[in-house]
Amino acid sequence: MINKSLKQLSTMLAEKQVSSVELTQAFLTRIDQHNQAINAYISLDHDKTLAQAKVADAMLASNTASTLTGIPIAQKDIFVAKGWKTTCGSKMLENFIGPYDAGVIERFDAIGAVNLGKTNMDEFAMGSSNETSYFGKVQNPWDRSRVPGGSSGGSAAAVAARLCAAATGTDTGGSIRQPASLCGLSGLKPTYGLVSRYGMIAFASSLDQAGPMAKSCEDMALMMNVMTGFDERDSTSLNREKEDYTRGFAQLSADKPLAGLRVGLPKEYFAEGLSADVAKVIETAIAKYRKLGAEIVDVSLPNTMLSIPVYYVLAPAEASSNLSRFDGVRYGHRAAEYTDLMDMYCKSRAEGFGAEVKRRILIGTYVLSAGYFDAYYLKAQKIRRLIAQDFAEAFKKCDIILGPTAPSTAFKAGEKADDPVAMYLQDIYTIAVNLAGLPGMSIPAGFVEQDGKSLPVGLQIIGNYFDEARMLQAGHAYQQVTDWHERMPEGV
Amino acid sequence: MSLSTTDIKRIAHLARIEVNDTEAEATLVKLTGILGLIEQMQAVDTTGVTPMSHSQDVSQRLREDVVTETDQRTLFQKNAPPVGNGSAEPAVEKGLYLVPKVIE
Repeated sequence: MINKSLKQLSTMLAEKQVSSVELTQAFLTRIDQHNQAINAYISLDHDKTLAQAKVADAMLASNTASTLTGIPIAQKDIFVAKGWKTTCGSKMLENFIGPYDAGVIERFDAIGAVNLGKTNMDEFAMGSSNETSYFGKVQNPWDRSRVPGGSSGGSAAAVAARLCAAATGTDTGGSIRQPASLCGLSGLKPTYGLVSRYGMIAFASSLDQAGPMAKSCEDMALMMNVMTGFDERDSTSLNREKEDYTRGFAQLSADKPLAGLRVGLPKEYFAEGLSADVAKVIETAIAKYRKLGAEIVDVSLPNTMLSIPVYYVLAPAEASSNLSRFDGVRYGHRAAEYTDLMDMYCKSRAEGFGAEVKRRILIGTYVLSAGYFDAYYLKAQKIRRLIAQDFAEAFKKCDIILGPTAPSTAFKAGEKADDPVAMYLQDIYTIAVNLAGLPGMSIPAGFVEQDGKSLPVGLQIIGNYFDEARMLQAGHAYQQVTDWHERMPEGV
Repeated sequence: MSLSTTDIKRIAHLARIEVNDTEAEATLVKLTGILGLIEQMQAVDTTGVTPMSHSQDVSQRLREDVVTETDQRTLFQKNAPPVGNGSAEPAVEKGLYLVPKVIE
């Protein structure tokens, strides 16, 4: 049961082969067995979860159910959820109880999905390895000595280890796609503005976007059908007509399902820095796309390398502003001893934030400080436009872009922890998508053998604005002829 | 751009984060590496390029200037930090947050 797709689970619930309470209990039992080792969840509340499952069963009995009613979903601990501890992976919010529901949480609640628990994450979503969480590291279920990626590493590990049917994540510079790649699952960062950021604890507001993490493109499409939609409480939410993201699946022909699809390969994504093993897997996946009828064209994204410096100016600048709200006055950690108000602010923030968060706040404060604004922040905003223009040029020649999600498979825990620059380079292929506000996703494309373990490799699909349905269709076609997405790690 | 520990302490003060000498030294090494990475931007000619502050060329919505939020002060103040000295009670009194005295 734990390995079924969302559609299969939905059918089982509709046909009363299983109740939501039984299904939820099955996942809770697995969580009880395995979470201590993997550390995928920060907060669990079996009573609350089972109460939601009962509500779902009532909806199923009264024919008011929709596709995901009764299905247990894990929520990244960045989403405020009423009555649930909401920590954002930080000591700063260790004791914060959500007083309201985030837009994303509301949407799942409204259709009767079950909140299984809040998943572990890099502190305030800052990290690429899930080693910066105040609540401890998450282990990659494919090899416990390796990282699951970050910052949605808890959600990724939970899906990979089948400790939930699907999960939510957020992606500021690759935080859905990179952990999806490292954990062998499918993850989608939608077009900026498509999913409400209301109640999603802000890291870098012009880049953050929530999205689904699941086993397959079909599962992600069903999640997107719930998660997307206008929210007037989020001033960046886009008022667009609701879409059915599964609509392209039935149109795929059996022979050449991707005939007519132009697939762009950016040469900069296959240059120095990409592991040879990962490159081989990606090339095999591209050959499969050609076989499915897609036309492969060469494109160029010449400013790819600049996306990292631009990101590490803009994201910390926005973070330094967003995190200024944590001052120990109204909520969050307050130091036990202080002399005056200023001392209370400084000590509370020094004690409440971890090293990586403090580093980024300091960078942000520096690049925004008097005398440096033009040289850093304004310069970065200008290059951001050049990066977005690169994509606009590329999309004149192709419909989607394919490439690796991450330059390597999962690395060992601690391997890059002391070298922030090496860690930041993990997101070289994902960051530009956030800067341009485009949708991007990662799907499993194969495995690399390393130290006697099979480690997953992710294929990244980048689309034009609001083209998620076509991206999911292209991913679904690939998943119809491959089984990488169905594999699960042994021992969990 | 080379930084000193004095610079780190000045930035930390602006950010309202206390750092001691040891932390300032360690932060200096890491920040110098990151700023070295950021310096790559300076080689790019951006003359005539309009800064891009939002992911898409759209303007943000405005709404009527009317109150839409309900009063939930009591609920929100349950998350106030504890008073301290062993007490877990939120640092609030009569609907106000308690902080150190700033006016004698």
